[in-house]
Amino acid sequence: MGTGTGIGRVRGLGSARHGTHHWIHQRITAAGNFVLVLAFIISLLRMQGLDYAGVTAWLSNPLVAVTMMLMVVSIFYHLRLGMQVMMEDYVHDEGLKFVSILILNFYAIGGAAAGIFAIAKIAFSGGAA
Amino acid sequence: MAISILHRVTGNGLATVGALALVWWLMAAATGPAAYDYFLSWARSPLGYVVAIGLTWAFFQHLLSGLRHFVLDMGAGYELKTNKSWSILIPVLSIFITAAIWLTICARNI
Repeated sequence: MGTGTGIGRVRGLGSARHGTHHWIHQRITAAGNFVLVLAFIISLLRMQGLDYAGVTAWLSNPLVAVTMMLMVVSIFYHLRLGMQVMMEDYVHDEGLKFVSILILNFYAIGGAAAGIFAIAKIAFSGGAA
Repeated sequence: MAISILHRVTGNGLATVGALALVWWLMAAATGPAAYDYFLSWARSPLGYVVAIGLTWAFFQHLLSGLRHFVLDMGAGYELKTNKSWSILIPVLSIFITAAIWLTICARNI
């Protein structure tokens, strides 16, 4: 960063600042995804088609709703960590990197919010919107 | 090497196309029958099926190579022969699983 002090020259460099934290959380959400997304895919296969009535009725079931919400959180948290690693690898311009990671975070949080809200709305309105 | 970049590519594909498709589906279902029908018109189009099959493959490829990461995390599987065998087997497995799932779906719908 700066040319003045020694610490000014090394600040912002080095490891990804929270390396271990990210690494562990990536594994945790990976395990979560493994269980939850596989369960989701199996559920989809067992559904008789993707019609509106069937899907909304299915999502209204409390157990399904909670599990789906957890899946949405796990997916977006996992993808946020994964895509950040990719950006840190390929984007070298500091300004562009900052903006990219900012947009990524907005996408992850926005996507999770949309997913959770949609499930909640379907579940609370009893499957008939 | 190839399996490593495949893990990244499938991950980012799932993160963008997959996550957006998931949220679109959920939001459409929450918005109402008209919005949901619009989603279905895309999902049941040829492009929709291509995307769905692609996402299925990407998911299982990412899952299997992710399991490979877990094994490597534990410190196992670094031997050259072992690593190479699994690196070849994993894409074969993911294609097989994808085919099995989609053939089941097609058989059910015919």
